[in-house]
Amino acid sequence: MGRLAALAGTLLTPHGIDRYLELIDPMLVREEIRAEVTEVCRQTPGTVTLTLRPSRAWPGFTAGQYVRVSVDINGVRRTRCYSPAGSAHRPGRLELTIRAHDHGLVSRYLHRAARQGLVLGLSRPEGGFTLPDPRPEKLLLISGGSGITPVLSMLRTLADEDHRGDVTLLHYAATAADVPYREELERLGARPGTRVVLAHTRGGAGRLRGRFGERHLKEAAPWYRDARTYLCGPEPLRDAVAELYADAGLSERLHTEEFTPPSMRLDTSDASGRVRFTRSGTEAANTGRPLLEQAEAAGLNPEHGCRMGICFSCTQVKAKGAVRDVRSGEVSDDENEEIQLCISVPVGDVEIDC
Amino acid sequence: MTGLQDRLTPQQVEDFGREMDELRQRVVADLGKSDVDYIQNVIKIQRSLEISGRALLFAGFFPPAWIAGVGALSLSKILDNMEIGHNVMHGQYDWTRDPALSSQRFEWDTVAPAENWRHSHNYIHHTYTNILDKDRDVGYGILRIDPEQKWHPYYLGNPVYAVVLAFMFQWGVMLHDLEFDRVVKGERKWSEFAEVRKRMLRKASRQVGKDYVLFPLLTGPLAPLTLLGNASANVVRNLWAFSIIFCGHFPADVESFTEQETENESRGQWYLRQILGSANITGGPLFHLLSGNLSHQIEHHLFPDIPACRYPKIAPEVRAICEKYGLPYHTGPLHKQLFSVAKKIVKLALPGSGRANAPEPSTLNRDRNLEAA
Ligand SMILES: Cc1cc2nc3c(=O)[nH]c(=O)nc-3n(C[C@H](O)[C@H](O)[C@H](O)COP(=O)(O)OP(=O)(O)OC[C@H]3O[C@@H](n4cnc5c(N)ncnc54)[C@H](O)[C@@H]3O)c2cc1C
Repeated sequence: MGRLAALAGTLLTPHGIDRYLELIDPMLVREEIRAEVTEVCRQTPGTVTLTLRPSRAWPGFTAGQYVRVSVDINGVRRTRCYSPAGSAHRPGRLELTIRAHDHGLVSRYLHRAARQGLVLGLSRPEGGFTLPDPRPEKLLLISGGSGITPVLSMLRTLADEDHRGDVTLLHYAATAADVPYREELERLGARPGTRVVLAHTRGGAGRLRGRFGERHLKEAAPWYRDARTYLCGPEPLRDAVAELYADAGLSERLHTEEFTPPSMRLDTSDASGRVRFTRSGTEAANTGRPLLEQAEAAGLNPEHGCRMGICFSCTQVKAKGAVRDVRSGEVSDDENEEIQLCISVPVGDVEIDC
Repeated sequence: MTGLQDRLTPQQVEDFGREMDELRQRVVADLGKSDVDYIQNVIKIQRSLEISGRALLFAGFFPPAWIAGVGALSLSKILDNMEIGHNVMHGQYDWTRDPALSSQRFEWDTVAPAENWRHSHNYIHHTYTNILDKDRDVGYGILRIDPEQKWHPYYLGNPVYAVVLAFMFQWGVMLHDLEFDRVVKGERKWSEFAEVRKRMLRKASRQVGKDYVLFPLLTGPLAPLTLLGNASANVVRNLWAFSIIFCGHFPADVESFTEQETENESRGQWYLRQILGSANITGGPLFHLLSGNLSHQIEHHLFPDIPACRYPKIAPEVRAICEKYGLPYHTGPLHKQLFSVAKKIVKLALPGSGRANAPEPSTLNRDRNLEAA
């Protein structure tokens, strides 16, 4: 089969075999990774859960990782990151749970329009938010809202492994009605060693009430000091947990995944120079904001994904000039260097091949 | 040469440029799914023609099958190179962010590597359209196609070179990027083209490998017939592409420019030069499709990165704007334009301007008003 495919590839140069196979069925592609939606389910009003069947090139993933998912909306391919929520031990199946953001383009589209048979593009799985091997004796998983997906994947994966150590999932949601997977969480929480603790910031019903604090920690996982903690949720939750762990000298035991960019605190007062986007022939004064925003403000539509420097979708070549990485503050002025537009702020004149 | 700068007053040029920009903005804002569906549909037709053509040649012992096979394969190559390849590589579909429609990644079914061609065509030709000594598409470095090109006894062979180039066009397009003429004149060094040559070698061996080795071998005893069929399809595409492209810039009434004239051009002046330096070809929808919509060369040169399927729709507006400013809008049927180009090639084989009796008004909008200013 491999040799036959290689021969077909040579005969079908320059376009390659996928460009012909997809005309028969978009899921027949051999090299590109795609996935077909096989099931759509709206567990809570604001979310949609998609079950996917990936194409043959899908290599499988590790619990906690994310994939870049592409979907065509009015002719434009949009790419966003989503963390599969299922167990890593179920090959041939992927599950995404997506919260519809009020003004979000992709999440609202999928929430509204995803149906059986829709074909999405996938990247290889990425990201280092994963459990160590062998598994830690004590594990604390903390999530908020749609941030449940990567830690649920961990919990389900551990269940498939028949893991017997202490595992607690502490999950935050506004009310009980906003918690997807409620029944399954109950079942998972009944496994020996595993606990699932729901906390509701509005309304009762859950085990805990209000926002994250030491009291919640002591209640849900009194052994948290000896545990590895995996955290995924909105910025206020992330900040609260990070602060508590820092005060307790436990920062090293805390692993965090971010769905949304931390609000960038940018000093734009000393922005100078001009930004030139050479391929499109556009030029504008540097505003001191990240280049992705400046490109969008200039009417360009560069490819991007996470907008926070993790997915590398927005990588472009900087032909000339210096940029500052907003995360590290580091300035680099190499010519013809690949940079990520979303986290690069121009320092003086720059030229981007975009 | 007609002074590019004296056509319109500076104010008129600016207004004219603004109208063009507005037209462009309107189209860009309206791009969407129907444009993607259109090109995907053309791709589907092209790939089906390609597969059918290849398959029919397996029955090439039966003459009608051979002829149909060559026909389908020729059409496939024409669509691939013209409406799909040329236009995708212009970035007309980059806004879709589909990697299969990305100007940077697309590769076409011809020996010229996409990467080399993108530089010489998108950048050099489209930026310096019809500027002598800058736009290397003026005569392809082989022909004398403009009276301002200095005559040399070499050009006595002008018509012969043109015929050879027409038959070998894909190779001409490939070798064009080596800039032989400039290397010979000592303006550029052979060693500067190492990368360009490497890409050519790789691409050409793949193309030759499939068309002239693998597919013939696969048809076993029919190998010579298949080889002949594939070669014919390549030649049909070559002749077609040559005709369309030469009619786009070289009919008698199309103008060329000097470097001086175009120094410090404004956007409006650039638009103006694109209009004066291009010519359309009239025809039906199928003809436009097969020409890759280069039959709307004027619209293409004004807006090279707008999906070509939009050109027929905006052509009446472009024409109306041209009329408003008293600018010519060159257009004519294929046979007329071809004849005009052929005549020019023959005339310019001999010394002199080939322009004994002033510009020929053959296909020109006759009411053009040169002194609109
Ligand atoms: C590693 C990683 C994993 C992820 N995993 C998941 C997951 O499993 N599940 C999940 O649901 N999400 C996940 N996300 C988030 C996801 O990638 C998207 O960011 C999210 O779905 C929003 O995309 P969008 O296209 O709908 O929003 P966008 O259109 O990109 O907008 C981004 C945000 O800006 C807001 N916004 C946009 N326009 C306006 C406006 N005019 N006014 C006010 N606000 C506006 C939107 O409401 C939204 O909150 C993950 C992100 C990362 C980085």
